[in-house]
Parts: sequence; structure tokens; C-alpha cells
Amino acid sequence: MDFWPTLYVFVLASFIGLGVIRRVSRLLHTPLMSLTNAISAIAVVGSILVTGGDYPLRIRVLGAIALFASMTNIVSGFLITDRMLKMFKTDKPGEGKRA
Amino acid sequence: MMYGISQFGYLVASAMFIFALHWMNTPATARRGVYAGVAGTAMAVIVTWAEPSVIHHVWIILAIVAGFVVGVPLSRVPLTAVPQRTALSHAFGGAAAGLVGTAEFYLRLGEGAAALSPFRMVALIAEVLLGYLTLTGSLMAAGKLQEIKWVPQRPVTYPFQNLSNFLLLGSGVALAIAITLNPAASWAPVAFAGVIVLSLLFGVLLIIPIGGADMPTVIAILNSYAGLSAVAMGFVLDNKLLITAGALDGSSGLILAIIMCKAMNRSFTNVLFGAFGQVKQSKRTGEEQIYKAETPEGAAQVLEQANLVVIIPGYGMAVAQAQHKVRELYDQLKKRGVTVKFAIHPVAGRMPGHMNVLLAEADIPYTDLVEMDEINPDMPQVDVALVVGANDVVNPAARTDKTSPIYGMPIIDADKARSVFAIKRSKNPGFAGIDNQLYFSDRTWMLFGDAKNVIGELVKQFAAGSGMH
Repeated sequence: MDFWPTLYVFVLASFIGLGVIRRVSRLLHTPLMSLTNAISAIAVVGSILVTGGDYPLRIRVLGAIALFASMTNIVSGFLITDRMLKMFKTDKPGEGKRA
Repeated sequence: MMYGISQFGYLVASAMFIFALHWMNTPATARRGVYAGVAGTAMAVIVTWAEPSVIHHVWIILAIVAGFVVGVPLSRVPLTAVPQRTALSHAFGGAAAGLVGTAEFYLRLGEGAAALSPFRMVALIAEVLLGYLTLTGSLMAAGKLQEIKWVPQRPVTYPFQNLSNFLLLGSGVALAIAITLNPAASWAPVAFAGVIVLSLLFGVLLIIPIGGADMPTVIAILNSYAGLSAVAMGFVLDNKLLITAGALDGSSGLILAIIMCKAMNRSFTNVLFGAFGQVKQSKRTGEEQIYKAETPEGAAQVLEQANLVVIIPGYGMAVAQAQHKVRELYDQLKKRGVTVKFAIHPVAGRMPGHMNVLLAEADIPYTDLVEMDEINPDMPQVDVALVVGANDVVNPAARTDKTSPIYGMPIIDADKARSVFAIKRSKNPGFAGIDNQLYFSDRTWMLFGDAKNVIGELVKQFAAGSGMH
């Protein structure tokens, strides 16, 4: 397997991550953490492949547990992030509402 | 054809995730970020599920339903419990990576040595190692934050702690190298199981020497590990979406950890291997110092006369669930023409940004939340600094006392305000076990009691007095 392209993606994505995260408002560090948590639950992709593939049962059980864990993170991560973000308001009514 | 569609789906999902984080740069657009994240994830799930290799659907549906059943209640926890929820979700993320890695290894084992190239083996082992140590480490952190009985709250230290931890990690790495070199050996499956056990154990041992005040850093580091384990999974599966999303998560955790470390003037290694608890028996000051206690009546009078009041919240506010009472006090003071600001220290609370979320929950406009570096130059002009359950982050010893364990940590200069009221639950020292000179300053008056009750009393004073004006 040629791993250079994947390594490339990793390095470039890390630079994008550092650049984007650095500009995230300090007010939002807690929601940021729950959001990145939900995003990195993209491990769901690997879990689906293992759970749904034509593999021995014990392998698919491991996959199903992993799928459950990832799905929990996706659901609770996005929901709680939105719940927290809804609370951030300015003192001028209407201004922070849009978004 | 199918390959093209799925790769295109992953590419769009990657872009969505980058937008999601980009929109977090201001509260005005942040919710858009959540929608972008949901869209990206949904797209990735659909595209993956549609892969021709995915032929069994019942278990997928069951696992997804179970994820909703557990995930929805987990998103409704009180906001004071958000640090432990976050730690728990890092544990779930670690578990997912570890389990998929385990499944992949035993699968490829059946396909012979060609399927386990050295590069793939290194990625697999990294995935499993990071995944399982994040699992147990995060569970320990969540247990500490939730104050579960059988999880020790105070740092646990013992002789040769770092040495034995390194030996443990070293033997794990040695096993990993041996497997990488001989993936087809008959003992490889057993050795792989050994790596799993060592990783699980290492996660526990890594967290038990760390105290509650260091939790913001630890949570950020675990966040980073969870992301990196997803990256490793991406290398194993040759999936660039996993690598991108994991790298975004990893760099987010890294940046947050660096911010937390700077805010405590400590290094990564010092947080992870320093065992803060050891300094507890530092020094007892010779003479008994005396607090000046004040009543809510007196404090209310002073607050009413002030032009500028700065409220400095800390973990004590979260513990007492005092944020809504703080909001009432804020309203009363604003009504009287007093300017009120909140000074937020980066490590106040138990995770990055903890105080901001609690105050936002209480409907305090985020435009009145001010960062430490912004408020400090103005502190001498502040009439009253009201410390609500914060301790180390306002301890002037960090500036003046070279023997203090927190020396060098940037603090909010509450001691420079014209007068200080400090709400404190008891007369005991704070979490780090360090005396706080601020409480003995001649400008400081103490309000002893639970933060919620004390502020409630203050609000009552204002409510009762409002008729007289």
C-alpha cells in the first residue's frame, strides 16, 4: 500500500486544524470540545464497515459495540453543542439570535 | 462508479467539518457550525452504509438505535456536569477506535502476512494503543469529575511512579515492535492481546496522579488522543475522511491543552508527570492570620455605591449551581446603574470555557464576559471585585511568592481592586491546598457560606431596599 498520500492528507489537515481552531472564540471552548468530539466520532465509518461486512460473528460484535459508542458520541455531541450554543446571547435582543 | 461516489461523499464531508470549526470563531455563526457537522456526518454514514461490502444490516440498525437511546439523555445533562460528559465521550471515542482496531487485526491475521504490512501494523498498533488508553484514562477522569466514591479524588502517588509507568509503556511498545516485525508468528495474537491489556492499564495509571485543578489540561489532552486514534484508524482503512476529521480533533485538543498549560504556567510533562498533590505540606505560616468577615447587608451597601463591579467566578460557582443567583445580582446592580463585568480565567472550572457556558446558561450576555488579559490592566479602577468560588486563579502568591507551587501562573489581579469580597464555602485552603493571601488583605472582606445562598442573600438586600429609592 502506498501510504504517502494518506500521510500528506494527515499533515495538511493538521495544519488546517491548527489554523482554524486558533481563531475559535475563547468563549466557545466548551462547545468546541463537544463539537470536535462529535466530528471525530466519524470512526463510525470504520465501525459500519466492520459490523456490516461478511465477517465472522465475533468480529462483527466488536464492530457493533464500536458503532454504538460512535453513534452515542455523534448524537449526544451535536445535540449538547447546539444546546450550549443556543444560550450565548448578546445584551441587544435580536442580534445574537440570527445564526 | 460506486468508488467515485463514496470518495466524493467523503470529500464533501471533510469540507463540511472544516466549515463547522471555522464557524465556531464567533457565537453569532457557531450554530451554523453544528449543522455543517451534522450534514458531514450524515453524508459519511449514508455513503459508507451504501458500500457493496456492507451486507448485514440488522446489527447496524440496532447499534444506531442504541446510540440514540443513550446519546439523547447524555446530551441533556446539567451544564455543571459537562466536564464529566465530555470525558465520558472521549472514553467512547477511544473505545470505538480500540475495538475497530482489534477487529481489523484479527481479520487481517486470517488473510496472511501480506495483509499486515509494517506500515499498516504500526497504524493498527497506534490505533489500539491510543484508543484503549483513552478509554480507561477518560473513564478515570470522568470518575474523578463526577466524584464517584471508588475513584480517588486526590492525586495518588507512590514511589517510582513515573519509572514504573515508563517501564509499562516501554514493554507495550516492545511487544508492538515484535508484532510489527513478525505479524504472522503464532504468538502474535497473544502478544496483541498483551498490548491491549497494557494500554488499558496505562490509561488508568496515567490519570490517577493528576488532581482536579489540572483536569482542564487533562481533558484537552485526552481530546487530542481520541482524535489521533481516529487518524490511526484512517491509516489502517486508507480512509482520508477519518484522517482529516481525526486531525482536526487532534489539533483542537492540542491547542486547548497548550492554552490551559500557559494559563497555569506549567509544561505538558509537568502536568502529566508532576503530581501536583505533593506540594501540599509546603509551609505553614508562623502567625495565625485573621479573616475579616462581612455580612450580606454590609456587602450590599458597598456594591450599591460602586461604579464598576467585576465578578470573578470559579469552580465553587459551578459546585453551588450559583450561576442563576449571580444573574439576579447582575440584574439588580445593572438596574442601579452599576457596570458589571465578569472576569474569566482560562482554567477556572474543570474544562476549557466551563465558566462561559454556565454564565451563558444564566442568560448573561457574552459581551459582558471579559478575558483575564483584557481585564487586568483595568483592575485598579475596579470598585469591587466579587470572587465567587474562585481561589488559585486570584491568589497573589502566584506573582509574589517564589516558594508557592503556583508561582508564575498568570492570575486575575483581584487584589488590585479598591475592595474585594470573597465568597468561600469554608475556611479551609483551596483545591491545591495553598493559602491565599488575598483573603487576608486589608481591602478584602470574606462572605462565608455556600455561593448560592450568599448571593441569594445579597439579592434579597437589593430587592428589599429597592422601594426606598
